[in-house]
Amino acid sequence: MAALLGWALAGLPAFGSPRASLGILIDHLGPSVRHATDMVAVVNFDARGIDTLAEEFILLAAATGVAELLRRARGEESGPAVDQRSEFGPDPGSEALRRVGPALVGFTVLLGLYIVAHGHLSPGGGFQGGVVLASAVILVYLVARYADLRRAAPLPAFELAEAAGAAGFVVVGLAALAGGSAFLANVLPLGTAGQLPSAGTIPVLNLAVGVEVAGGITVVVAEFLEQTIVLRQRVRGRR
Amino acid sequence: MTGTTLFQAVVLVLVALGGTLVVLARDPLRQVVMVSAFGLLLAVLFAALQAPDVSLSQVAVGAIALPIMILLALARIRRAPR
Repeated sequence: MAALLGWALAGLPAFGSPRASLGILIDHLGPSVRHATDMVAVVNFDARGIDTLAEEFILLAAATGVAELLRRARGEESGPAVDQRSEFGPDPGSEALRRVGPALVGFTVLLGLYIVAHGHLSPGGGFQGGVVLASAVILVYLVARYADLRRAAPLPAFELAEAAGAAGFVVVGLAALAGGSAFLANVLPLGTAGQLPSAGTIPVLNLAVGVEVAGGITVVVAEFLEQTIVLRQRVRGRR
Repeated sequence: MTGTTLFQAVVLVLVALGGTLVVLARDPLRQVVMVSAFGLLLAVLFAALQAPDVSLSQVAVGAIALPIMILLALARIRRAPR
């Protein structure tokens, strides 16, 4: 087996070759035709936008599946939130986290919004920024208690955000269709490359994906959290 | 060997080492920490290979989403039976 692997590895082309011809084409045409400076965003949301639409719906389906699987079963009841503190004795938690955490939450939200907004200009985009935004919500839970998390980030709002993001992507595509072009064609004004409002529909689609991913990841983690902290088996037998 | 190639080679070796350490960590809790560190190493590797978008996605998935889900599943399994 090892000999076969070694023979296969020895036959590989050199590191960095062959040059992808399509990639070179996108590199040359992207800034001039689409006025964007992040070619990955051009491919994801313009040249092959239908692919990103399917990926987005994969996340939506996964979050729906998790919410469906982890719904309250017949033998479970939801009691008061059992945080780690009361469960395992007096645990003050991490001092460093309690001091630095709240400041980190604001910074993480800002970073996530930055990555989402500049998807067509610099590396990043909707998915990466959306996960960073979701991690800000999770950081709220790490710093405070479960009750604070439910107050600061109500679950229905995030479910709505997830659905709105997915629908927004489709609506932008259909709007292009209604205007006479192809589905998901880049129909908004292109602007000048390098500025924030540029590249047509790409930042709009980035925003939709960012909202959807932030909502989806938060819903999944909230379902997991609820399973651990709130739901428990109903005591059977003794009545 | 240019500086970039040397850096890529070093990070590749570190990634191989990290993957082995993830497998060798027996306790699931320690494994989660190793998975998170391995995800960060992979992100550095992707950045060294000039793929910053993939690197950001790897940080988002491998160092944020995946360890959190594993940790929550572990907490659910280890909760004291009532």
